[in-house]
Amino acid sequence: MNLRVNGKDVELPGPISLLDYITGLGVDPRAVAVELNGEIVARESYTELTLSEGDRLEIVRMVGGGCR
Amino acid sequence: MPLAPFTPDQVQRYARHLILPEVGGAGQRKLLNTSVLLLGAGGLGSPAALYLAAAGVGRLGIVDFDDVDASNLQRQILHGVADLGRPKVDSAEEAIRAINPDVEVVKHSLHLNSENALDVFRPYDVIVDGTDNFPTRYLSNDAAFFRAKPLVHGAIFRFEGQMTMFEAAKGTGCYRCLFPTPPPPGAVASCAEAGVFGVLPGIIGSMMAFETIKLVLGIGETLVGRLLIFEGYDMSFRRVNLRRDPRCPLCGDEPSVKGLIDYENFCGVTAAEPSVSLAPAELAAR
Repeated sequence: MNLRVNGKDVELPGPISLLDYITGLGVDPRAVAVELNGEIVARESYTELTLSEGDRLEIVRMVGGGCR
Repeated sequence: MPLAPFTPDQVQRYARHLILPEVGGAGQRKLLNTSVLLLGAGGLGSPAALYLAAAGVGRLGIVDFDDVDASNLQRQILHGVADLGRPKVDSAEEAIRAINPDVEVVKHSLHLNSENALDVFRPYDVIVDGTDNFPTRYLSNDAAFFRAKPLVHGAIFRFEGQMTMFEAAKGTGCYRCLFPTPPPPGAVASCAEAGVFGVLPGIIGSMMAFETIKLVLGIGETLVGRLLIFEGYDMSFRRVNLRRDPRCPLCGDEPSVKGLIDYENFCGVTAAEPSVSLAPAELAAR
């Protein structure tokens, strides 16, 4: 299964929930926003959404800093 | 109000703007009559302030409570060696005046908080957010919404920068539509903990000035509704679409946030966390 994640091609063995995919990357789901195929996904939907072939995913990390 | 003609100095200074059809005399006058509030005179605020001043934005307010520290000089180009230990608003004012004496600088030497934010924002046309912590991010987002001010948002981390613009009172969505809740305390490293590539704020802060000026002039396509992500490590840009979330607690259909709240409590942290720094020997060993 091929996805595009943050502008890069990614190959996965099979369907996986958005939450499992994100946590598998070591990303805290509470510290990101996720856009799937051009739409921001509500955090409550991370468990029920399954990634599938051709999906375009953007994982946007929360950044506090402007750096003082 | 009758328009004062440009002085000969101004005609020379702004010649490259005046000749651009998208700016011209009317646009330059607009800039001179515009006031912009910069939140933070640090990494992002430095290039933003210098370019806004050079462009002839008439009044620049600067909110910052910090003094210049040696660890700032790697990226905060408003400040120099002679400014170490001085309030950042003071060195910022000098740097701005040195570039363009047309610009009036208003120094706000304070911690922005729920008590003062609405008053501080009131006299400005645009708010430029280059702050360094989540409580202030949410505070400036909410205060800009309540004051119906455009908010130019920039953030940096290691080699990555993000920037966008919200006009939440016009229904564009806001920071909370993208990030409804702050990350759990400790889940996101600060720049002091994780480092930041020194040129990065130069790029993001300059783009913040760029977008601010476009917004004032009403030209081109702004970043409203889009978050731009700059990945400096491989020199790529990506864009994420943003829109108003009808369930947003601030700008949604049934808002629960109806005034400024306690943002430190909301974020589970203190706004003025001491920066985590390694001892010089530890740093040098890295």
